[in-house]
Amino acid sequence: MTSAPRWRRFDEWDARPLQHDQFAAEDAEAGFSTFHSPWDPAPSFRIEGGRVVDIDGKPEADFDILDAFIAAHHLDLEMIGEAMALDPVDVARQLVDINVPREKLERLARGMTPAKLVSVVSVMSSLEIAFAFSKMRQRRTPGNQAHVTNAKDDPLQLAADAAVAVALGFDEIETTMRVASNSWANAMACAVGAAVGRGGVLFQCSIEEAEELRIGMAGFTSYAETVSVYGTEAAFVDGDDTPWSKAFLTAAYASRGIKARCTSGASAELLMGFHERQSVLYLEARCLCLQRAMGVQGTQNGGIDGAPLTASMAGGMRELMAENLIAVWLGLECASGNDTRVSESEIRVGAKITPYLLAGSDLLCSGFGSIQKYDNTFNPSLFNGEEIEDFLVLQRDFEADGGLTPIEESDMRDLRLHAIRAISAVFDELRLAEVPESWVQSVAASSGSRDTESFSPGAVTRISEAIRERSLTAIDMIRALERRGFSKEAENLLLMLRQRISGDYLQTSAIIRDGKVISALNDPNDYRGPGSGYRMSAARWNRVRAVRNLQTREAVLERERRVDPTATPWLVVRAEARKGADPREVVIGVSPAFGNELTRTTAGHDLIDVVLALTQGVHDGGGVPRLVRIRHTADTSFLGLTAARLSGSGYAIGIQAKGTAVIHRADRLPHMNIELFSNAPVTTLEHYRAMGRNAAQYARGESPEPIIVPVDGQALGARYHVRVAMLHAIETGLVLPDAPPLDLDMNLGQGGLSP
Amino acid sequence: MSAPRDLYPISEKAPEMAVSASGTPLDRLTLEAVVSGEIGPADIRISAEALRLQGAIACDAGRDRLALNLERAAELVAVPQDVILETYEMLRPGRLTEPHLLSARAEMLRRDYGAHAIAALIDEAVAVYGRRNLFRRRY
Repeated sequence: MTSAPRWRRFDEWDARPLQHDQFAAEDAEAGFSTFHSPWDPAPSFRIEGGRVVDIDGKPEADFDILDAFIAAHHLDLEMIGEAMALDPVDVARQLVDINVPREKLERLARGMTPAKLVSVVSVMSSLEIAFAFSKMRQRRTPGNQAHVTNAKDDPLQLAADAAVAVALGFDEIETTMRVASNSWANAMACAVGAAVGRGGVLFQCSIEEAEELRIGMAGFTSYAETVSVYGTEAAFVDGDDTPWSKAFLTAAYASRGIKARCTSGASAELLMGFHERQSVLYLEARCLCLQRAMGVQGTQNGGIDGAPLTASMAGGMRELMAENLIAVWLGLECASGNDTRVSESEIRVGAKITPYLLAGSDLLCSGFGSIQKYDNTFNPSLFNGEEIEDFLVLQRDFEADGGLTPIEESDMRDLRLHAIRAISAVFDELRLAEVPESWVQSVAASSGSRDTESFSPGAVTRISEAIRERSLTAIDMIRALERRGFSKEAENLLLMLRQRISGDYLQTSAIIRDGKVISALNDPNDYRGPGSGYRMSAARWNRVRAVRNLQTREAVLERERRVDPTATPWLVVRAEARKGADPREVVIGVSPAFGNELTRTTAGHDLIDVVLALTQGVHDGGGVPRLVRIRHTADTSFLGLTAARLSGSGYAIGIQAKGTAVIHRADRLPHMNIELFSNAPVTTLEHYRAMGRNAAQYARGESPEPIIVPVDGQALGARYHVRVAMLHAIETGLVLPDAPPLDLDMNLGQGGLSP
Repeated sequence: MSAPRDLYPISEKAPEMAVSASGTPLDRLTLEAVVSGEIGPADIRISAEALRLQGAIACDAGRDRLALNLERAAELVAVPQDVILETYEMLRPGRLTEPHLLSARAEMLRRDYGAHAIAALIDEAVAVYGRRNLFRRRY
């Protein structure tokens, strides 16, 4: 007996992008656990003398740096007794209860230890977590953040791409560089680009802390999110900080009017090798309690660099959502991850973003790659320049605001050119560099840095060092722009400096829209069930749904009908059709709009060619074709059956203008046809010819092989149905319920041709 | 007297209360003033007063931890950049082996800049770093 053959489906699965993804088995001892590890503590606390002396089973003498900071600064002694006594399931129910206000739950969170917070979100399903997130997130209006970087640190491209990101609607843009010494050039280029078009975009240049603070002080940047914290003491120290150094840094950023958020996320400790065998969610809960304790306004969490590792674990994506929920529950702004590309599978990528799109988020992505994947110096994002339009369509599909707005091709041409000219003018005015026109044109047109003719990385370093050494600031940049006629951009940059002085964007979840700060204070998330919370305005929805290449009925009809009113009709009515007597006869019954209002099949074949193929096929099969116009129906089955009832042989072909066809027989029920050709978009003239031949062979009593129109699994509905529906309406509009069929002659201009 | 929260956003509701660290009011921060050279780097720095006002607004909005951070920030406005960066470096793990250097830094910030909240934060760090053996060289 031979062994069972290998099922080749597995070969096909092996070839799919998903196979690049690795999946990890649960192994808590090695740090691979999402919600629960045997080494996670149970929630507990003890207070003595007005001080927390025990957290989650650990006495004060054993407090590590995180416990000590959390005990001193996070736990609210007024709330801790009540909050810690609550049943986790009861709290979880309150999180999804539209009748329990967000503020009440936030107060409870202030009295909860990390283990307690974990115990609550652990009982929630992914759907419940997403729903609770939509209720608990801080700002009502959702926003988004872009990465703007490129592989050459080319300032011309940075300016152009920053302007595009702003046009797309990103509220924050973040850059970083391949070469650390290029930071000042990157900062200046993105700041100028971000001021083109719309003012008020928050901007960050991610680099080593001290340098980032200097760049911020010079007025180029307005926020920072490099304040990383970790869930174990060993990882924290390895990351070269402590809760106190980070709390100090957070205050230092605010003292310079710079918005700051922390960064944390599942599996960071696992990547660093200091996980202490605890679940990734428990460690992240510690990070988040710490962040509230530090007084930072917000967090960037949800995996971040550790997201792919977390997504490799069972329930990993649920865990990423759960840690975002804890963040907003603690009253923090949440830039909810969705930045690192967690998978090679586009299906997993789309699924990853969907709950966030539905729930909304302060910043859906803490770095949506607005540039091409290879140009992303942070590494590819969940969504990238290549996939922006997919995201725009998802917004439209779910009627959900992901913070982005469709852009027009023609607008982008001018915008990119303007941004490049602006940064070139600043470079020239400040004697930093001269930019040849060929570079301007090259960068404006290029999709990514592989195609550009522009600065070499070394030249960028010289510009960057000059900006730093000459202590140039945003003031110099504004002056240069104004002198060179870029007044709007100068004004937009000045707006950011004015906002900085007011400190308004230091409050929780602040972004700037239409020149005004909106935050959790003046735009609080007030979701309390249907009819409340964020809803797109009519104007906003009109912009969101206007994706590129929308098919309108006018445009489709203009393009597809192609009727020449001066042309002689090629199908000429002879007389009312009667039943034929010839046993070899095959009637070809055409639909009401066939060959008059509509002239091509969905596959693009001219209907004249289709009729010639059908009639030739009938002749080939030894039959005699007869053309009949059917007017009382446009339905394929009834076209076919009506034609069959007129046919001398009892066999006929029914065909719609869009090319859908059927072989039918007079004695059959309407939908019990002989052969159906429903995939018009892939039906060729050869198929129509074979159709005619088969019909004639059936008429002669033969049993030909049915014709197979091969399909490759294309989404024909997605590709064609908009056009089909619009065109088919023309057919149905011409239906005359009581009109009898008419015999037709073909008149092809050369003396006519009778089939 | 209205509640602090009613003043938010300051740039819209109480722009006269937003004055830069150099004393420049918001309405003098114009394009003309920038181009004519009237505005220098000091004029685009946030003031301690603005930070304290934002702190009061945060507190009024029930965000007491953020308010404390903004108070610490207000204390740092007058602290020069190099002192800030040096203090940050001293607070990082494994930079100092002598706890008293950090305590002395706290005392200096308290004495010279009235930075009481910042000094308290540093004193707290000194105690915990000692217990957790973080006063050891990492390089």
